[in-house]
Parts: sequence; C-alpha cells; structure tokens
Amino acid sequence: MNPFTYARAEQAEDALKLAEAQGARFLGGGTNLVDLMRETIERPQSLVDVTGLSAAIEETSAGGLRIGAAARNSAVAEHRLVRTLYPVLSRALLAGASGQIRNMATLGGNIMQRTRCAYFYDDDGSRCNKRTPGQGCDAAEGFNRYHAILGASPSCVATHASDMCVALAVLDAVIHLRSPRGERTVPFVDFHRLPGETPQVETVLEPGELILTVELPANPIAKRSTYRKVRDRSSYAFALVSVAAALELDGGKVKDVRLALGGVAHKPWRALRAEEALRGREATPENFRAAAGAELIDAKPLRYNAFKIELAARTITAVLQELAEEAQ
Amino acid sequence: MSLKSAAMKLMQKAIEHAPDSMMPGGKPDPLITRKHGIVGAPVTRIDGPLKVKGAAPFAAEFEAEGLLYTAVAFSTIAKGRITSLDTSAAEKAPGVRLVMTHKNAPKLKPTPMFNTQPKAAGPSDLPIMQDDSIHWNGEPIAVVLADTQEQADYAKSLISATYKEEPAVIDFDAAMKNAHEPKTILGEPPTINEGDAEAALSAAPNLVDKTYTTPRHNHNPIELHGVTLFWEDGELYVHDSSQTVAQSAWTLAEVFGLDEKKVHIWSPYVGGGFGSKTLWQHHVLAAAASKMADRPVRLVLSREGVYRTVGGRTTTQQRVAIGADADGRFQSLIHTGVAAMTEHNDCPEQFTFPARHLYATKSFLIGQKVADMDMLANTFMRAPGESIGTFALESAIDELAEQIGIDPIELRARNEPESDPTTGKQFSSRNLIKAYRDGAERFGWNSRSAKPAARRDGEWLVGMGCATGTYPYYRMPGGKARLTVSKDGFVTAEFAAHEMGMGTATTQTQVVAERMGVAQQCVQINYGSSDLAGVFLAGGSSQSASIGASIHAAHTALVEQLIKLAGSKSPLHGLDADDVESRDGGLHTKKDPSHGESYAAILRRAGKDELSVEESAPPPMELQHWSMHSFSAIFAEVGVNTITCETRVRRLLGSFDCGRILNPKTATSQFRGGMIMGIGLALMEETIWDSRKGRIMNPSLAEYHVPVHMDVPEIDVMWTDIPDPHTPLGARGIGEIGITGVGAAIANAIYNACGKRIRELPITLDKLM
Amino acid sequence: MRFLINGQPVEVDVDMRTSLLDLLRDHLNLHGSKKGCNQGACGACTVLADGERILSCLALAVQYQGREITTIEGIAEDGQMHPLQRAFIEHDGFQCGYCTPGQICSAIGMAAEAKRGMPSHMTRDLGAEFITLDRHEVRERMSGNICRCGAYNGIVNAISEVFVEAE
Repeated sequence: MNPFTYARAEQAEDALKLAEAQGARFLGGGTNLVDLMRETIERPQSLVDVTGLSAAIEETSAGGLRIGAAARNSAVAEHRLVRTLYPVLSRALLAGASGQIRNMATLGGNIMQRTRCAYFYDDDGSRCNKRTPGQGCDAAEGFNRYHAILGASPSCVATHASDMCVALAVLDAVIHLRSPRGERTVPFVDFHRLPGETPQVETVLEPGELILTVELPANPIAKRSTYRKVRDRSSYAFALVSVAAALELDGGKVKDVRLALGGVAHKPWRALRAEEALRGREATPENFRAAAGAELIDAKPLRYNAFKIELAARTITAVLQELAEEAQ
Repeated sequence: MSLKSAAMKLMQKAIEHAPDSMMPGGKPDPLITRKHGIVGAPVTRIDGPLKVKGAAPFAAEFEAEGLLYTAVAFSTIAKGRITSLDTSAAEKAPGVRLVMTHKNAPKLKPTPMFNTQPKAAGPSDLPIMQDDSIHWNGEPIAVVLADTQEQADYAKSLISATYKEEPAVIDFDAAMKNAHEPKTILGEPPTINEGDAEAALSAAPNLVDKTYTTPRHNHNPIELHGVTLFWEDGELYVHDSSQTVAQSAWTLAEVFGLDEKKVHIWSPYVGGGFGSKTLWQHHVLAAAASKMADRPVRLVLSREGVYRTVGGRTTTQQRVAIGADADGRFQSLIHTGVAAMTEHNDCPEQFTFPARHLYATKSFLIGQKVADMDMLANTFMRAPGESIGTFALESAIDELAEQIGIDPIELRARNEPESDPTTGKQFSSRNLIKAYRDGAERFGWNSRSAKPAARRDGEWLVGMGCATGTYPYYRMPGGKARLTVSKDGFVTAEFAAHEMGMGTATTQTQVVAERMGVAQQCVQINYGSSDLAGVFLAGGSSQSASIGASIHAAHTALVEQLIKLAGSKSPLHGLDADDVESRDGGLHTKKDPSHGESYAAILRRAGKDELSVEESAPPPMELQHWSMHSFSAIFAEVGVNTITCETRVRRLLGSFDCGRILNPKTATSQFRGGMIMGIGLALMEETIWDSRKGRIMNPSLAEYHVPVHMDVPEIDVMWTDIPDPHTPLGARGIGEIGITGVGAAIANAIYNACGKRIRELPITLDKLM
Repeated sequence: MRFLINGQPVEVDVDMRTSLLDLLRDHLNLHGSKKGCNQGACGACTVLADGERILSCLALAVQYQGREITTIEGIAEDGQMHPLQRAFIEHDGFQCGYCTPGQICSAIGMAAEAKRGMPSHMTRDLGAEFITLDRHEVRERMSGNICRCGAYNGIVNAISEVFVEAE
C-alpha cells in the first residue's frame, strides 16, 4: 500500500475542500478501495473519509426515498421502507458479499466499486487497459468466464461487480452529486459507462465530485420487484448473471416492466429493449423469453462465457414469470 | 537390475511370504479387545478452550525483540532469466532493512527433495534465489525486510524486474504429447497389467470407455503459511506452521550446512494444512534473510503468495475403460492417464491407486504418466490421487451399471475381490460391502429411481448417487516416542508429531491413557517440535498409526524397565512384559488383575522421581505383507436447478470402514471435513491456469471457491468400527478418506437428477446448460 | 491514534496504512483475530464494532477510532467463557481452530442482526417482523466465514443451541 494522508469529513463541504488536494479519493467502508490499495492497483495520495456524511434514509416529499451515500449496505437492506416499497434493492443487497461486508460497505462505495476481472487484479503479472491505459487486455483471449457479453469493447471485457447497482438501475434511481462547481443529478443508468476505448473511466463522476445521495422515485411498480443472482456457490460469490425486475400487470397483460442485468456488462445493464418488447404484451413465459432474446440479440460471447447468454435468458424468463405469478 | 534393487526385490518377496506373526501387527494389539475404555470414547478436544478463546498461538503470533516483517516479490514469467532487477527505490524506502535478491543472497544448498532421503522435505530440487534463472511464474525474486508490514509491502511494490523469456511448457495439452512414465509412483510401478485388457475390453458385451479431466486445486488452509524465526549462537529457531517438523528441520539444516540438531522447529498449532504445510521456499528465504540482517524475522505469505509459492494438486486427464460380461463381472479394467508435474519434483498424483485394489477383474491395464511442465512444483493435497482417481473410476462404474441395467451397489458387490486384485495379497481387513449395505439403508437408497430426471421438487431436479472411496493404510518409518511416568502417577508422552485440527492431541491423550492404564487427566502429551523424538508425517493418513506404534513400542520398553526397577519385593518380580498389563495406574498380571503394583509405588520404592524411555516403532513391514486399505461408501443427494443449472448438495452420507474409531467426536469432524472438501472438488474448486503465461489467475479466496456454510448440508457419517487386526489399536487413518469418492458420488447424483454426465471437474452450471 | 478495544482505551502510534486487524495483531498483542486472506474473503478477522460484525482486515484502523471494538479476547462474560465458546467446544465446531474466533464473533453479531429483524438472502418474506433462525438462515448468514477444515455442521449446531433453542 502506498503512503497516504487521511482526513475525515463530517460535512460535504469539508469533504470537497479536503479532496481538492491532488490525488485524493473519497473513502467509504473501504471494502473495495482498501483491498485495491493493498494490491497497489489504487494508489491515492490522500483519502477523505466520507463515512461521517449523511447516511439518512428518508422519504422525499414526492413519496420516494432518499438515501445518504454513507448509508451502510445492511442499513439500506434492513430499512422497513426499502423492504416494502423497493424489495428488489433489499434482495440485491442481501445477495451481495457477506454480513460483515454489508455492515461496512456504503451506498456510495458500492456504486464506485471496481471490477473483479482477474487480469485487472493481477497488478504486475497481466496487461489491463483499465489499470494501465493502452497496455492491452489479457482477459479478452484469456480466462473470461466471468466477463461481459454485452457492451464490451476490444479494450475491455470486464463486468461490473455490484448487485446493488443492478437494483438501482431497475428502480430509475437518480444520483445526486456535488463538486466545488455545484450540485447536479445524474440518472443512475447513465452514471456508469461502457468501456469503449477508455475503460479506465468507469463513471461520469468528475474529479473531486462526490456522491451525496441516491434518490428512488415513487413508483408503485417497485413494490412488485425482485432480484435473482446466479453464482458458482450458494453464497458469498460474485454473480455470473443476475436479474433485477419489477412488473405490473393489467389483466393478463404487462402494463409496465423494469428489467436490468448484472454480471453481463461493464455497467449494470438496463434491459430497455426487453422492456419495450413486453409492454402491452401478454404476460406469458414465451413472451418473457422472447423479450430476453430481444435484449440479448447483440450479445457477443467470449471463449468461456457463451453460457451466460442462455443463462441470462432463462433467468430473465424465470424472474418475470415469478413476478407475474405473484401478481395474478 | 542393480544389485541393490535386486536385493530390495528379494527382501520384499521375503516380507510378502513371511508368516503373519513375524510382521508388526502380526500379533494383534491387546488394546484392540479392550472395550469400554477411553479409546473409542467421544472425548471433547483438549485444546478446545484455547482455540475458542483465540489464545492458541500460531506461528505468526510469536513476538521477538527487533522483529522484522517481510514481503516477497514474485516473477511474472514462467521461464527465462532476470535481465534487470531494480531494488534501489525499495532499499531507500522508509523502514527497509534489507532487500535480498539472487545478487546478494547467501549461498544456499538446494533443498533435498521429498522422498529422496528419509527426512528430506524439499518441495523440489531447484536452487533458491541463487541465480537469475526463473523456473515458474510466481517464483520469488526478492525479499524485503522492514520494521513494519506496511513498510515491507510498500517497498516490495517499488521493485521492478525485466526478463528474457525462454520457451516454456505451460500448456497441459502440449505437455501431454511428451508424457512419460516416471520411475515409480510413490514406490509402486507406474504401470501394471495382466492379460490383454484392451482385447478383453473390445470383446466385452458391456463396456464404458471414457475420458475424465480434473483441474488444479489449492489447499487453502485458512491460516496463511508463515514463520517467525531467529538465529542464536549459530542455531536456527523457527515458529512454523508445519506438518513435517522433523523433516523440515533436517532439510533446513542441509540447506544451511548445519547439524540437524541446530535447527529447531516448533509448531504446536497449525491452522490447517491438508498437505500444504510442508517445507517451501519461504522457510529458506526467511531464514537466509534473518541471517543476513541479523534480526528475527516474521514472514507471512500473502494469500496470493501462497498460490505463487506453495504448490497444490495437479491437473490430470484420465481414461477409465471397463468391460463386463452380461452379469456385470469385469473382464477388463483399464485406468490410465497423465498428470502434470515438473522435472524438479516427484509428486505424480497417484490417481490410478484405487483401481489397483478395488475390483476383481480378469484382466487389467493400470498405469499413469507425467507430463513435465514449467510450473510451481505440485504437491500432495488431501488424498492425492485417490480423491480424483475415484472421481474417474467411480463415475465409470456408475455409467457401466446404468448400461447393464443393474444397481450400482450391486455391480460393485459382484466385483468385490477376495484378495487384492493386482498384488494377490490378503486384505488386512475389508468390509466395503457392509459399509455399502449399512449406508444404503440409512440413506434410503432404495427410494432412488434408476431412471434419470425422474424426481422433481419445484424448480429442482433431484437425484441420488453413490461411489466408493478408498485410501491406503500407511505407517511411516521413523516413528519414535518418549514415555515418562512420574512418582505421582502422571504420564508424559512426547513425539515430534502434529496437530492441525485432526484431533491428534486429544486422541493420542486417549491412546496414551489407555496404553498406560491411567486416567486421561493424568496424561500430558508434547508434540509439534522437531526437538522431540521421532519423525512423523502429518500426511498420508499415517500419523495416528505411526504414533500408535511408537507409543506401543515405548510402552513395552517402559514396562520392562518398570519390572526391573520394581525389584524382588514387588509382586511383579520375575515376570515378563508379556505377562503384565497396564491398568489402574500401574502394572498388573494378566492372569490376576488384583496382583500388581502402581507406577507410583514402584518409583517411590526405587527412590526415583520418574522413569523415562524412548523407543522406536518397528519398520512398517506390514504394509508389504498385507493389502491394507480403508474404504467408504459415499451417498449423495443433489438438486440441479432446471433454470440455472446450479447444483446444491441436499444430503450427504459417508459410511466408512476404517478399522476402529479412536474418538467418534473428532473422527466425525475429520470425515465431514474431508467430505466437504469433496463437495468443493465436485462442484466449485479450480485453480485457474492461464496457459499463455503459465500463471495462476485466481490466487484469492474470493475467486477460488471453497464451500461456504450455505453449500454444506448436515452430513451424516457412520462406520463399521470393525478393528483391523494388524494395526495399532485396530485403527486405520481417517484424514484423507473423507474426500475420496465424494466427487463421483455427487457427479453420479447429478446424472441421476438431470441425465447429464459430466466428466470434467468441477461440475459448474455452465457444463450442465 | 486512540481506540477503545474490549472496553479498554488504548493510544498507539501507527502507520496510517495499518488495518484494524494488523493494529490488533501486530501492535496490541491481540492475536485472537486471525488473518486468513487479508482481502475480505474468509471472515477469519471478524470483530465487532459497536456490536456489529465487520472484517478488520478491510478496515483501516484510523477509521475506527472512537468505535467500540470487541474481539474474541473481549467476549467472555465475567471471566467465564461466552456460552457460544462453550457450545463450540461441545459441538466440535472447529478443527484447527484458526477460523474459530472469527466464526464466534460473526455469530454473535449475526444473532443480534436476526434478533432485530434483519432479513437475509434466505428470508422469504421481507416484510416479516421477526426472523426465525432455522438452519438455512444460520448457514446463509454465516457464509462469510469460511472453515476449510469443514466444521460447518458443528458450528451451526453450536449457534443453534445458543441463539435459537435458548430463545
């Protein structure tokens, strides 16, 4: 781990001021950043601890929910309103990591967590464009069973590792950001980037910009939502494929639907094509499967991950079917 | 044939044909028939309180004045030469006391390789940091010593190296093209055959002929490999995490050119080993760096460091072919294949061993080769060979049973041999079919549908499978124990053995108490130090037998001396050791138990505080005289998800035939622990190997999946408890057998659940899609 | 830096990079918390911070000043072993004993979570007020603590006896 200076902020203003120092990074629970610093993949010269900032979970005037970036994963998962109004978020959080890590990790930190690509983690032994831009990607032709089938580029085939973010993508969440230049909001689905030729730039966050809160808009559809994670062991493993979905029926027809995929792309993958294909259609397994197919039509398998296409299609179908059965 | 090997062959023949009574174990251990004693009781672990308090001191937890912390840098190529190694920034970094590389490392002899000499423990015969050559991807290239761990780690990250790469054999498929027979497989011939097995196979009305592959595995004990060590007056003191204290001490002495008495290894607590806590380069590097810096050193490998420098189980490709007549009787049994190895070690992963002893067959061809690769020396991991060999063999049995249309247990029963099918020796004790019948009854095997995909539970297809597990009985040469009895009636037993969680400290306390005829509370055992008597290996499931025989020998010697010491006034006067037995805190005549004297009385009369003897166990000739093996019948019930193809083990039962069980409580844990590692082997464990660079790509407990709580159902274990008449206490080792057979039982259950036969481990969901 | 460890205030001068785990092990002579991976993947380093279970290997010590840290050395009650420690011995909930302190600290934190109604991945009804800690729930909630010796059955038995059957 490189040496660094440490400062703790109690207010957002302080955090931003402290972070103006060159190379500063905001530190949440540390569950990802400390690990990456220990691997010397991250080498910040200074850390600004933002766990003292808002961790509040409160209703908005519009009937939604606002969650402070410092809220612990476990606190969000456990919150009564999250459990009842946005069950997909609770489910996704509870499917991630372990009880101990959920007690440490923050909302903001989880959003900022980086890929688990083995070649990214292999600091000195493998090439990685994300770690060292322009170096090349050893994952593309390497061990890529865990890697992306959607939206990848020749520069990077890594996936986003978060479960929580897949739920936020499906909930139409909005991120509130603040920088010395002021505040702005970004739709959650636009926050993370596809790799393109600059896989090292993973989000639209600007240098020194801080995640303040995440807002979940009021939406009745979210009440009927869930999350399903498919992995290599029963617990405490990253997703091969995960599906977050919300469904509202009108009679036997899909009135509205939200669908997002995890483990398949460089960002939480909102499945807009599938949603489009489903609205107004009969809620049948055949239609669910067809919608999954529409979403996955551009999927490009790598050497070891072709199974993810079928797995994603099956899981989407099953999750939507489960929600449809609940609704009927 | 050389004169020496001819003589050895002759000796072997003589042992095989000698009368039973001349063998160790030829006369059954009298304790076998002693019932209701402390041996066999479910005694709670004596080291339990320390461990649950976190107060048991492990190797990296010893303090020393001026202790330095260590970080190790590793190569990133598989083969070639270091062309530059820039350590200047590291040397200038805060707190750094030493950067050791091949340029300044002291001259060190290579470690004598395991199996080449009685106490050799070297993982390979490669030089350690002596020149610029690189032999595997991950070889240590620099060692940093600093005042704190943080400083050492940071300084290590400042080291940069460049290399000139040389062509390396790092692809197993390519390496297999040059596969060759090693001289021996752990002393056994690489290939044995009888009749024309290929012809018999072709002619058989029923046959299977399949290829099975198994990946690399890593042991992953939760305690990281590490040492705290120091030099004092030219002697080396090492707090280690070791399953080979005496061998490691001797080997380190060879490396540093010392008398072996000048190396002291202490390792009373070991945080799991499973075959990995032997001697590796980090021991030598830490000792060398400590010598250079003249400071005590703690070296704890990072988890990545363990993967880079501590070998694991190697990868194999195996062929199993069985030809059977219409009734299922084997006409031909073929088990062949290749394991990856290096030119610098001797660990051929004996996956053909089960086939040598399990089934009667008219003809057989059993042989294995190794493919040399440029990689970290592979090593023994829980049931080396048998774990993955039974996966292939017992999967094939299941395939054959289905083809013939008989129950797989019945097929095994029909081919149960009278005597060892390849050596012709008598089994010392074999009750495999009883284990099957008992297990099948408890498991409810008869409710299994022979037809796959016949049982559904919601999203899950449910199936059952079974398989045979087996592991040889080993007792290693070199066993020796010291027994001391004091005038207050307390007994101390000392031997250089190990407690890695197997329960050794507890069961051997029971054994000594029983042997000496004293209460458990009166027994103290000392172990885990190379300064103690004997050479023991906490491996090959041999340790309990080796200790048992050593204590037996020491006890006999002690009794002889006690009788002598008792003198003419004693009721024991004039008796032979054979005439008396230890009970009730003393010696009593066998004919009349009331006739005897306590140890305390004997010592007090003689005016002695204590009497102490050290005695060696006889050489383990019984291994060449009988066919000695443990057996198990493993039953698994799994669910395979119809949507995601995830597999979950729902029930697991192990029915064991391992001789007498010394402590049912700790034995249950041993069996379950092995079986859980078997769940890992079956469903998730794989060390990912990038064959472009010969590099392990998941050197991490996050990406190398071992079973977690959620993967493990309640595991039922049972045993025949039939003593082996030819082993100390009638027991055979139980450390390894738990994992054997589990891979196949689960694979067979998966087939029964969903109709898909997977012959490639691990059986991850993508293979079932 | 100032810490509160097992009820004792301590002041110690350490490198900013020091993890809570290394602080305990290398600087405070509290070796009960174990290092198994140093990467948040095994749970052996689990301690309680204000009663909540965390991984001390991923925690920078500096972040935990002012928090009440409880390690395995601090869970005894009135000098007596915690009932869970006794149950681990009775049910043979360990072999080598290396993951054990982490398992025990984790279980204590886990039981408190369940008691206050925290759901888990295994909880069917997210709206439920109370959690019944059946074996599935215990196994899921304890899955962040790896035991390579495979003492899982004994661990679950011990936890069930102390935290489930006692209720």
